[in-house]
Amino acid sequence: MTTPLSLFDKVWNAHAVRELPDGQTQLFIGLHLIHEVTSPQAFAMLHEMDLRVRFPGQTFATVDHIIPTDSQVRPLADELAEEMMVALEKNCRSHGIEFFDPASGHQGVVHVIGPELGLTQPGMTVACGDSHTSTHGAFGAIAFGIGTSQVRDVLATQCLAMAKPKLRRIEVDRVLGGGVYAKDVILHIIRKLGVKGGVGHAYEYAGATIEAMSMEERLTVCNMSIEGGARVGYINPDETAVEYLRGREFAPKDEAFERAADWWRSIASDEGAHYDDVVKIDAADISPTVTWGINPGQALGVVEPLPHMTQVPDADRPGFAEAMEFMGFRSGEPVAGTKIDVAFIGSCTNGRISDLREAAKVARKGHVAPGVRTYVVPGSQAVARQAEEEGLDEIFRAAGFDWREPGCSMCLAMNPDKLIGREMCASSSNRNFKGRQGSPTGRTLLMSPAMVAAAAIKGAVADVREVL
Amino acid sequence: MAAVVERVEGRGCVLRGNDIDTDRIIPARFLRCVTFDGLGEHAFEDDREQAKGDHALDQEQFAGARILIVGENFGCGSSREHAPQSLMRAGFGAFVGQSFAEIFAGNCTALGLPCVTLEPGDLATLMDSVELDPEQSLVLDLTARTISSRAGTMAAGVRDGTRMALLEGTWNATAVLLEAGDDIEQTGTRLPYVAGFPG
Repeated sequence: MTTPLSLFDKVWNAHAVRELPDGQTQLFIGLHLIHEVTSPQAFAMLHEMDLRVRFPGQTFATVDHIIPTDSQVRPLADELAEEMMVALEKNCRSHGIEFFDPASGHQGVVHVIGPELGLTQPGMTVACGDSHTSTHGAFGAIAFGIGTSQVRDVLATQCLAMAKPKLRRIEVDRVLGGGVYAKDVILHIIRKLGVKGGVGHAYEYAGATIEAMSMEERLTVCNMSIEGGARVGYINPDETAVEYLRGREFAPKDEAFERAADWWRSIASDEGAHYDDVVKIDAADISPTVTWGINPGQALGVVEPLPHMTQVPDADRPGFAEAMEFMGFRSGEPVAGTKIDVAFIGSCTNGRISDLREAAKVARKGHVAPGVRTYVVPGSQAVARQAEEEGLDEIFRAAGFDWREPGCSMCLAMNPDKLIGREMCASSSNRNFKGRQGSPTGRTLLMSPAMVAAAAIKGAVADVREVL
Repeated sequence: MAAVVERVEGRGCVLRGNDIDTDRIIPARFLRCVTFDGLGEHAFEDDREQAKGDHALDQEQFAGARILIVGENFGCGSSREHAPQSLMRAGFGAFVGQSFAEIFAGNCTALGLPCVTLEPGDLATLMDSVELDPEQSLVLDLTARTISSRAGTMAAGVRDGTRMALLEGTWNATAVLLEAGDDIEQTGTRLPYVAGFPG
């Protein structure tokens, strides 16, 4: 009888090149994704060391953070953005790296295109100079964000020096209520475990609720692992993952696909595998959730009243007071009813076709309230094409929403899409940090795409269950 | 081989608060660049603007500090190496706190910047001591795993692997990883997906 192993152990062991003298593991990286923001300095370091890209065929590039969403026509109006774009083009060309630029028809947010092209597969190690690389764990991959010096390491060696984290299993069971989405599940988990609860851990999401999710919902859950402090979050591959990959451009074909599927199934965690701890969540406890503060753990049910200082643990009080002051909220009142200025639907968390479908269902029920500025930003060109084929763009436009070109957009406001002053934004993105959406005093309320659409129509945060 | 980092000595700067994210350390608009040059002057730019001169990085008594003393979960959020790059370029050579976000700490190691942790009681004592007497020199000794100040010598937590990489000057990992030679190709081509799922 062999020892039961977790997916994490199996994938880690298969990619271990050697143990390093300092106790870390040299890990082979199967898929390296790069973009314009965190790669130019890495290529410069590579050139300084007179090194080449070791496995150019395992590296893929796209442009997402700086790309404008009104027009992708070159040269980009922002000269700095254009310079970054040119640097990426040049680096990809000179190292033989495939670049999904706007002309390719495959451009999009790096964590949206990896899955939709079938680049991301179960059993891989995936690295990218972006913290939301945890997204790709939805397929049963070990996927994590890295800094620029580590991008250099992967380019030069296709490896990283990594310390093995602890493993926490998070079991979510029972059925989600109407108007409760994958986004609410992960916001609820982060609320319960805290923004630093996952530091030093990989999260394995499991249980009936997770197993019932589509691939796109699973991507939303794994995406925000890092917001809970966990650099890696994954879900064991099953038939949902296998069927999602069948026929995708970079997935294996024909008989090789069946051999691949067998291998993918075999790397799922074994019954009896060891976890450092197990957390159980009851899906029936999860309601439409919104953040009220300045980190993603500061969240609560949309109709729950905000706590009073006396209800907050001593250690959290300075952070609580800072967040309440920055956001301008009052204890005892719910977030529902908060007037909004901007609504953003998109990002690597919630910019996929199913997200746009759910938001469009709500958009169909009304019209954007006067004075609310909206951005509906598909996660990729493929998502945009699919949405346009289904007529979702028309539904959004008819309801007064602004239908845009794909990119990261207002998730981090590196392109021209930004909050102004103290604007309040209902956002389907992943971070409500101070200044995150481009204005140092701008305020972000994280929620599901359907909730964002509901807020846009009402002009104020609303319980989506009352709109559906 | 990179430089050996055994100790960091200098004055401290106390930055209170938990969960300080990398968007605050370096706002995203400063990531529109193809080099890290010039990031030092933008460290904490928006927080400093809002604090109107009261931010720790603007307080005269902390000018020229080498060691940044922070709270819990410092550097959470985005993986941007621009965050430690900007702090390094602003003059910091080490970070002392209750805890650090993982990607931030990894990025710091890759730049030869130690992140060490203190027990909450020790951290509070050190913060108070440095605020009362900002002129004092602190010594972070990685060999001994201690930080010394006028408040005494405290145990400083640092992961064994990180400590060894700094002490042996192997924190620039590329050279170390390259030493594996053909073992890299052997591991890679053994993986079914790299090999193309052969029959």
